[in-house]
Amino acid sequence: MIKAVMVMNTQGKSRLAKFYEYLSVEKQQELIRGVFSVLCSRAENVSNFIDAESIFGQDSRLVYKHFATLYFVFVFDSSENELAVLDLIQVFVETLDKCFQNVCELDIVFNYSKIHTILDEMVFGGQVVETSSSEIMKAVEEISKLEAASNAISLIPKSASGWRSR
Amino acid sequence: MKEYIIRLVYVEMLGHDASFGYIHAVKMIHDDSLLVKRTGYLAVTLFLNEDHDLIILIVNTIQKDLKSDNYLVVCAALNAVCKLINEETIPAVLPQIVELLAHPKEAVRKKAIMALHRFYQKSPSSVSHLVSNFRKRLCDNDPGVMGATLCPLFDLITNDVNSYKDLVISFVSILKQVAERRLPKAYDYHQMPAPFIQIKLLKILALLGSSDKQASENMYTVVGDIFRKCDSSSNIGNAVLYECICCVSSIYPNPKLLESAADAISRFLKSDSHNLKYMGIDALGRLIKISPEIAEQHQLAVIDCLEDPDDTLKRKTFELLYKMTKSTNVEVIVDRMIDYMNSINDNHYKTEIASRCVELAEQFAPSNQWFIQTMNKVFEHAGDLVNIKVAHNLMRLIAEGFGEDDDTADSQLRSSAVESYLHILGEPKLPSVFLQVICWVLGEYGTADGKYSASYITGKLCDVAEAYSNDETVKAYAVTALMKIYAFEIAAGRKVDMLPECHSLMEEFLASHSTDLQQRAYELQAVIGLDAHAVESILPSDASCEDIEVDKALSFLNDYIQEAIEKGAQPYIPESERTGMLNISNFRNQDHHEASSHGLRFEAYELPKQTVQARIPPASLASTELVPVPEPMYPRESYQTTTVPSVSSDAASTELKLRLDGVQKRWGRQTHFPSTSTSNSTSLKTVNGITQVDGSNTANSRTRETYDSRKQVEISPEKQKLAASLFGGPSKTEKKSATGHKSSKPSSHMVKSHAPKSSMEVASEKTSVQQPPDLLDFGEPTVKSTAPSLDPFKDLEGLLEPTTQVSSAVNHSSTAAVTKSPDIMGLYTETTAGAHHKDSDILSGLSNPPMTNMVGGTTTMQVAQSSKGPNLKDSLEKDALVRQMGVTPSSQNPNLFKDILG
Repeated sequence: MIKAVMVMNTQGKSRLAKFYEYLSVEKQQELIRGVFSVLCSRAENVSNFIDAESIFGQDSRLVYKHFATLYFVFVFDSSENELAVLDLIQVFVETLDKCFQNVCELDIVFNYSKIHTILDEMVFGGQVVETSSSEIMKAVEEISKLEAASNAISLIPKSASGWRSR
Repeated sequence: MKEYIIRLVYVEMLGHDASFGYIHAVKMIHDDSLLVKRTGYLAVTLFLNEDHDLIILIVNTIQKDLKSDNYLVVCAALNAVCKLINEETIPAVLPQIVELLAHPKEAVRKKAIMALHRFYQKSPSSVSHLVSNFRKRLCDNDPGVMGATLCPLFDLITNDVNSYKDLVISFVSILKQVAERRLPKAYDYHQMPAPFIQIKLLKILALLGSSDKQASENMYTVVGDIFRKCDSSSNIGNAVLYECICCVSSIYPNPKLLESAADAISRFLKSDSHNLKYMGIDALGRLIKISPEIAEQHQLAVIDCLEDPDDTLKRKTFELLYKMTKSTNVEVIVDRMIDYMNSINDNHYKTEIASRCVELAEQFAPSNQWFIQTMNKVFEHAGDLVNIKVAHNLMRLIAEGFGEDDDTADSQLRSSAVESYLHILGEPKLPSVFLQVICWVLGEYGTADGKYSASYITGKLCDVAEAYSNDETVKAYAVTALMKIYAFEIAAGRKVDMLPECHSLMEEFLASHSTDLQQRAYELQAVIGLDAHAVESILPSDASCEDIEVDKALSFLNDYIQEAIEKGAQPYIPESERTGMLNISNFRNQDHHEASSHGLRFEAYELPKQTVQARIPPASLASTELVPVPEPMYPRESYQTTTVPSVSSDAASTELKLRLDGVQKRWGRQTHFPSTSTSNSTSLKTVNGITQVDGSNTANSRTRETYDSRKQVEISPEKQKLAASLFGGPSKTEKKSATGHKSSKPSSHMVKSHAPKSSMEVASEKTSVQQPPDLLDFGEPTVKSTAPSLDPFKDLEGLLEPTTQVSSAVNHSSTAAVTKSPDIMGLYTETTAGAHHKDSDILSGLSNPPMTNMVGGTTTMQVAQSSKGPNLKDSLEKDALVRQMGVTPSSQNPNLFKDILG
């Protein structure tokens, strides 16, 4: 199963961190720092796989991919295939790209909840549920459409109640 | 509000405390607006864990939302269910989730399955009756749901293979359909049909087919199909290929599939991408279990990976080497491992690799000498990280020899160990564990062969104790070693004169804060005062391997106990019996009550048992073992009970627990120090002098077995074959394997060229005695180079006390000879001359001692490589071709982040 998904920039600031097993905030930060220190010490043109046992404990591997200013990091155990996870990162990024038309770091900062929605469509409770980026896009679009609709409906009673209280 | 919460999540991700806002997130999930509700759920899943206090407020909402007719609400609730429901609350939501399995929306079905899977992970018993649902969902119309079902099934099958054998047919047919592109186009990824589902299925098939011929036979066709169809130019295609290899290596072997797997591996290893090399090495490690001969084709690639700057790849390669270690190549591999171990700082990995070195060395060591030297290296570099057991094993090995009835070999081994340790002691900082071994060996065998005077050894030991004055254990070992040496001296009838520094050391220890040290010092003093006969019975020379019988029942104390009991002391009550009784006594004595009962007790207090005062006859009690024996209760005076062991000391009425600890510790020491008696009373000493702990004895016999089996392996024809192939010579198989094997020994001696004269002496003596003919043999293919290396040996033969100069000369010439040999061999197999130069470059670059050893050994990987002419050439050519084409499979999406790159 997938243990954690992280996105961090090249300065080590995390942009997205999702852990599928509960960890305290301090522990999360420690892991993120640990991962970053390993990542930034790696040269270009080496493999995308890291043995993460010293950071995450027994039976854990780490796959990362570097895009422009961001590192995408997946941590998982032996039940996943490294190359497949590498492609999962690719799917994730492709989906983000479709969603934001040329995604950039700022998109991730400002659309934090949407990123989570996308990730939730792909990885659910530590298992990969969906790997087709068009399917993910469909689901995400539908969600945002419905959300917008329900928001429009709920606007009226809210403003009414606002009036009453005044 | 929604924005605030999202900011809050973000803030917490950056590592700040956001706990003040948790309650707002909880409030948000009660909201009617879908957007707010979903945000609330998101925040809650990120903030809280399943045991958080606020979960109670959420469960009800989740229940309500699972029934909602808006599927998005249901999805959000399912999301929360995965993360936040713990074992106790599973029953509250379980029925609703089971209903959702039939939901019209496939997204909901998918998530419901995953939620059930999550429950299964958390508490398998809670959903055990629902397993059939997973099977049903496998036939779902939607491929997404089917794919998701594979996740829980994979887990289920991992835990219990046999009850799912019937599914093999359906998995195979699904895989077939997927491979034949029957799925919707949306699941294609880089022109591969649903690769993620294929991977999952292959994983499952690998589990189901392992060592099951019948099930495996069903799979052969479809796996073969996938092998053919896979497009190895894309990343995902390779992922599927890799999974196929894993599957093939796990199911019942099929020669045809193995062949295509080997093909795929060689493609991986030859690729330029580090990722693929990594996968190739990993796959090779799997396949090697089934067909070890595959490795030979890829030796060059493996060596390349070992030289690679990529750390991940290097580690994976070491893992592979670890798997393919045999008695023939253990020397090279372990040397490599030690080299690598020295170069890294990561303690976690260092520990791992050190333990692997030790394991390999124990399993495959070609000679005792080599084993001890290897262990020395491991200890020197990673001593603090090695398990203490390893040190004890080493001590035992030195003490026992190798179990052959060859005393001279054993004593040779010991004296060489003593010498190497005396040499190593000169180095500045040594790990504690290693020092303990050194002290023990010096104490036990330092003077055994008469080469070193007692005063020399004791001087060294005093130096150790002074230099590491803050390490109590080392000091204790040193004092005991001193005691042993003096004891041997006395027993041999020589006069003992303590060195002045030894005297001062003793005085210091006599006043030490550590009782252990103090006691050892006093013992030393006492032993020195005794006459020869007494000393010999206390500390017989070379008795560390004799059996010590521990009288666990302490029967020799029976009389004393009986006496004590007759005087009115209480019989011993075992600890297990004591706690309940203490409660009762507390219950009665109000004073003690509050002090000791801290926690709440939920079960009722047990009734105070009728105090069966009928005293069990004291004698029978005393003779029973220390541990079990249900005892009658003695409410009031319980804290005044005597312990059986404590009787030996003084008064019979002291705190029971303390006394027990003390005794146990003394005895625990015995296992470490079989021959040294460290307990106080002389009566005990005599017992210990003759007896030993059983456990170590059985362990001894075990190691003996393993070494015996190793011996057998050594002679196996397999090895001879490999040796021949490594040397590239088609003829003289037997002879060469023999020479190659032996010739590795002198070079390992030469490793110690910077050794002091003393240690050089034996090493060179040995080499000169046995080796020259061997060396000649070894040199046969390379006549030129052996000539210079031979002369110094002859010189050495004449010299009783060779100078370091000569020895270093020997070393130089031998390395020279060795570095030359590949060159000559290169000419021998002229086709690959260029490659050989490269190899010899590597060698000379790394011509530190371990490397020379490597060339000398039978198992020289590199020589092996160079002898495999055509293969190497091929691969080099292909490499060059690939480079020319400029094909780099790194598939970055160039469009991404274009704007941010500017």
